[in-house]
Amino acid sequence: MTPHTAPASPPAVSMDMITKTFPGVKALDQVKLDLFPGQVTALVGENGAGKSTTVKILTGIYRPDGGTIRIDGAPVTFATPNDAADAGITAIHQETVLFDELSVAENIYIGHAPRTRFGLIDTAEMHRAASKLLTEIGAPFGSHTQLRDLGIANKHLVAIARALSVDARVVIMDEPTAALSHKEIEELYELVETLKAQGKAILFISHKFDEIFRIADRYTVFRDGAFVGDGVIADITEDQLVTMMVGRSVDQIFPTRTPNTGEEVLKVVGYAHPTEFAEITFDLHRGEILGFYGLVGAGRSEVMQALFGITKPSKGVCRINGDISIIRSPAEAVNGGIVYVPEDRGKQGAIIGLPIFQNITLPSIGRTSRKGFLKLAEEFKLAREYSERLDLRAASLDQDVGNLSGGNQQKVVIAKWLATQPQVIILDEPTKGIDIGSKAAVHEFMAELASQGLSVIMVSSEIPEIIGMSDRVIVMRDGRIAAELAGDELRPETLVRHAAGITTPTESALA
Amino acid sequence: MKRMIPLREMILGGAILVLLVLVASRFAGFVAPGNLANVFNDTAPLIILALGQMVVILTRCIDLSVAANLALTGMVAAMINVAMPGLPIVVILMISILLGAAMGAINGVLVWKLSIPPIVVTLGTMTIFRGIIFLISDGKWVNSHEMSAAFTGFPRAVFLGLPVLSWVAIVTVVIFGIMMARTPFGRAIFAVGGNPHAAVYTGINVGKTQFWAFVVSGALAGLTGYLWVARYAVAYVDIAGGFELEVVAACVIGGISIAGGVGSVGGAVLGALFLGVVKNALPVVNISPFWQLAISGSAILIAVAFNARAGRTKGRIILKSAEVPQ
Repeated sequence: MTPHTAPASPPAVSMDMITKTFPGVKALDQVKLDLFPGQVTALVGENGAGKSTTVKILTGIYRPDGGTIRIDGAPVTFATPNDAADAGITAIHQETVLFDELSVAENIYIGHAPRTRFGLIDTAEMHRAASKLLTEIGAPFGSHTQLRDLGIANKHLVAIARALSVDARVVIMDEPTAALSHKEIEELYELVETLKAQGKAILFISHKFDEIFRIADRYTVFRDGAFVGDGVIADITEDQLVTMMVGRSVDQIFPTRTPNTGEEVLKVVGYAHPTEFAEITFDLHRGEILGFYGLVGAGRSEVMQALFGITKPSKGVCRINGDISIIRSPAEAVNGGIVYVPEDRGKQGAIIGLPIFQNITLPSIGRTSRKGFLKLAEEFKLAREYSERLDLRAASLDQDVGNLSGGNQQKVVIAKWLATQPQVIILDEPTKGIDIGSKAAVHEFMAELASQGLSVIMVSSEIPEIIGMSDRVIVMRDGRIAAELAGDELRPETLVRHAAGITTPTESALA
Repeated sequence: MKRMIPLREMILGGAILVLLVLVASRFAGFVAPGNLANVFNDTAPLIILALGQMVVILTRCIDLSVAANLALTGMVAAMINVAMPGLPIVVILMISILLGAAMGAINGVLVWKLSIPPIVVTLGTMTIFRGIIFLISDGKWVNSHEMSAAFTGFPRAVFLGLPVLSWVAIVTVVIFGIMMARTPFGRAIFAVGGNPHAAVYTGINVGKTQFWAFVVSGALAGLTGYLWVARYAVAYVDIAGGFELEVVAACVIGGISIAGGVGSVGGAVLGALFLGVVKNALPVVNISPFWQLAISGSAILIAVAFNARAGRTKGRIILKSAEVPQ
């Protein structure tokens, strides 16, 4: 850590009072962010704090509803991503946006390749310039290499070379180390130092506290779309940063529940997968809501997919009601009483083209058919029962599901799963991307399911939701269970600490 | 859905009627019941194959090997008949269906287990099947005088006023109508094509459903293979050359979405009948075969444009007041 005083030069880019609203959600509320030349600024915040929206505004993908962006003190507006690129702002994304089938040089210069006097691409000049850039950043490959032959770390290098090729003044790195090995991360740090030395302003987005404190000079903290604070890294401790991040107020109202958990329904012992997770052991009781918390990519969804038979664990045993059960396919999971509502709305979505009642009965088709033929009357009966239970509003159950509103389509999907009469329902990020009102309805409903004796596993990256809804929480980090927390241990700081792998426990300082 | 598809089928049915009226105004004999029965009989192979193709297209695949499958099965049936003239037709039928289904299963396994795009798989097997016909026949023809009377007579035998070939098509349509509407397999086909991801989470095995769709398509191609060779009383390498495209065209005209998940038995049958009427009517009124191709081609484009519009105008219903129509 190099101690820094207040930067001598004015910010290269400054965002002031930036506001961005999406239907039903205020993504950013009058935030400010300053990026200084030759300095790394870490943007810190929970999921949903507004980091991605900020990046998209800076790169011209979104236009802010209010506020000013200044470059060297002069206000600018980015009508298109090209305007942002012309202003010298470039981003290296979590999943690098490059073209696998092109060469490294073509990737670096796509869109602004040097031309011959006939207007054709000057291949020789392009490769010459690309080679020079690659040498500058110490890339271990040549400009003729096909991009698909490179690993993620080297693809990042290509993205960085591309940033240099357009003479970027501001480089945004959105979780660049998420998929890198330890050695590759070290090399990236060196490169960041090089970029700093060249006077680039760097915005570094990361969930990992060790790297924030290792390479950042300054920090800016957002929470729930609002600016919380900024300053020099040398002046702050990890604990103070965590406190700023998670805040104190949980102003959402969660349904009050009297946890009434019964016998063990599901027990998972030693689940492991060659590349995704290891040593996953937990149990789930009747009527319980079990939260799974962790950073994005901690392996929570992967464990759930193995539990649901989409992937196969390499080791481990799963017991349902005490009996060992082998789940090799989603169909077997549904038969065993486990259903999974995945995160991706498109994937969990209703099947457009089938009417409402057929969507609802699809996984229960075995119960509504006799001797291999479907009984439409029974299908209607089942569909009616569950659509009434969920207060589904439709003219007729025979109607195309595509004509329903989003909220009612979601009810169709939930009705579909409840109609299978499951024992365990896995909800993966059940409220991601929906407005506050709908969130409350989902929470209400989840509490009701649990009170009826259904066991719920809720994967969520939102701390208030995890704390407000769960009876117990399992925190995952890097594919393993980092902690199992319940009761008084369920505090934002504790969750973040375990999820991010902060080892210095100074709980008393925070309480 | 229940309202939309009958509308589409009514438009297509209307188009066929308009076509018949136009032809009848030039040559009244075309719409005589006897002649219409002939047109139907002539279109029967297309109807049968279109139903198999429909199942495949609904699961987001395509089967370009149907015509080659038909030709190979037809050749094998003819050669068996030459070698064993006494073999009952029922056995020949069983062999044809099983052989066709086996070829469909090859397509299905390649799509399911190796995840090769269906268009590539069936383009490959199409060529291979044609090649096998050449190998087993040495490129020679099996002619009518070599076939037994029972072999060639079966599809033409008249039963309740219609040839057996027509009855086979009718029975296939009825079976498919029930299969698509009233069996878990039919439902799975729509689900896989409509939203494969959601289908997986619902416990439907997408690859396996596609496999069975190819088996069904292959079995129908095999069945048609025998009927075709027996009806025309000849088998050679190139029979039904290019017929796979006509089959796909019948499905597309019939409103089967090439993107999967949308379509109906009625649509596939009407699509096939439309092409059958165009093919049979135009020569009668002295319109050149080139116009026939142009009309078929236009029908495909109009059908696709119409379906694309139907998909687009739907839009999303956001207004609460618009949520419950009627």
